[in-house]
Amino acid sequence: MIQLYNVSKIYSNGVKALNDVTLHVRKGEFVFLVGPSGAGKSSLIKIVFREELPSRGQALFSGKNIARLKGREIPHLRRKIGMVFQDFRLLPQKTAYENVAFAMQVVGAGKRAIRNRVPEVLAQVGLEEKTGMMPAQLSGGEQQRVCIARAIVNNPVMIIADEPTGNLDPDTSWELMNLFNEINSKGTTIVMATHAREIVDTMKKRVLSMTAGRITRDEEGGVYSNES
Amino acid sequence: MSLNTLGYYWREAFLSIFRNGWLSLASVGTVTISLLILGISVLLVMNAQAFTKSLESGVEIRVFLENGATREEIRDMEKELKKTPGVATVEFVSRDEALEEMRENLGDRKDILEGLEEDNPLPDAFKIKAEKANDVPALASQMEKLEKVDQVNYGRGIVEKLLAVIKWVRLAGGGLMVILGVAALLLISTTIRLSLFARRREIGIMKFLGATNWFVRFPFLLEGMILGFVGAAIASSVVYLGYVSLVNRLDEVLPFVTLVTDRQILLTVTGGLMGIGIVVGALGSAFSVRKYIQV
Ligand SMILES: Nc1ncnc2c1ncn2[C@@H]1O[C@H](COP(=O)(O)OP(=O)(O)O)[C@@H](O)[C@H]1O
Ligand SMILES: [Mg+2]
Repeated sequence: MIQLYNVSKIYSNGVKALNDVTLHVRKGEFVFLVGPSGAGKSSLIKIVFREELPSRGQALFSGKNIARLKGREIPHLRRKIGMVFQDFRLLPQKTAYENVAFAMQVVGAGKRAIRNRVPEVLAQVGLEEKTGMMPAQLSGGEQQRVCIARAIVNNPVMIIADEPTGNLDPDTSWELMNLFNEINSKGTTIVMATHAREIVDTMKKRVLSMTAGRITRDEEGGVYSNES
Repeated sequence: MSLNTLGYYWREAFLSIFRNGWLSLASVGTVTISLLILGISVLLVMNAQAFTKSLESGVEIRVFLENGATREEIRDMEKELKKTPGVATVEFVSRDEALEEMRENLGDRKDILEGLEEDNPLPDAFKIKAEKANDVPALASQMEKLEKVDQVNYGRGIVEKLLAVIKWVRLAGGGLMVILGVAALLLISTTIRLSLFARRREIGIMKFLGATNWFVRFPFLLEGMILGFVGAAIASSVVYLGYVSLVNRLDEVLPFVTLVTDRQILLTVTGGLMGIGIVVGALGSAFSVRKYIQV
């Protein structure tokens, strides 16, 4: 699904965020991306999402070279990937329902399809009671559920989450992890950058550990850190 | 494009216009003023041209001959004049006929001319009509150079002044239009940039949700087109209603001044204004949108 070959990313200010990264993520996997701040996790995600171009190396998604996509092909890459961010990125003037519906509008879905699908995914993330609420009226965990609903509403093949529980307490984080696990069990590939040590250690998924732009460990059923 | 998407475009465009308030108003205002000037200039030029055309049949050149030209010389000249390109008709007026004409023109006071029959001071002359009023000055100076020609007269002034007026209106109207048109473009593009800025969050979200460039851009293009359209609609209405009422009023006050009253022409002019307004709006927003929305 994701194939990176010797990918390096050097930003215009000279920072080398990724250094010769090679990795494969297969369909249906659940992969944790761990490592200290500044290790290059977000940069790696941005390359897959084609928000940034690799400075060196090849990045493929579903066998296609991401850097070589034409302008009009980029939206179609992004529709295959549901994004979830630490800071939610919800539209503050729209209700939970409207925020999720927006993701369908953006890809040109019809009114009826939206009416059918949005309540379905909101129920799936456990928000059937709160569809009419504004983001500001929702707790952090609930807002992130809206984001997850938005990420899956168009049936992507992969969810990429960049520190989705970074702003949430441990209990709420666990609830969300169960949700992600559930989505993964239905076949959606999940790549998640996270600092949540306890969650990573408990869930026993594949762990990619990054330090200073390099993949330093790639372990199936691994833990957050081998030290101490 | 689904109906839903279409509704989305319009909603977003109108929301932005109201959010931008004053700047939207300024954009509409500049479009209105520049198109007003364009519309007025076009109508002025059109009327001046129609007026020149109506003069074209009336303006004649008079070529006065030196005394002592023989009958043969006069006949040859007449032939030559008729062959000159741009000349419509040539009529010879002998000195006797000229005196008679003058006498008729004087009417009651023809006694002034008493005794002149014996010693007629008037010269023989040709009355020449040109095909086009524009050609009159050139034809006249060309005829001045002919042998046996003493003097050439024509409705000097009217034609030249009219042509000068047309030229001036074209130049001033055109210049002003271009300046204001550029101002309108800049203002619209600034307005749209403000819209883009107000909604940069939303644009970012749309992009990671997989919106096409076109989807993201279209509401902003539409916003610019609406601004241009509204400006043009105001200008067109003012031009249309103003002109119709001017035609009616002039008919009462100065019945001999005839304006171009063809509805079809007026509709073409106002339709043209609308088209230009929308294009200016689309261009203005396209500048900003191209610059600020990349995939
Ligand atoms: N747009 C950018 N321009 C310049 N440097 C950047 C940019 N984005 C990230 N960096 C730098 O690249 C390095 C890796 O950042 P990032 O990928 O965000 O790491 P992480 O997500 O693991 O915290 C950091 O040193 C960061 O400062
Ligand atoms: Mg990061």
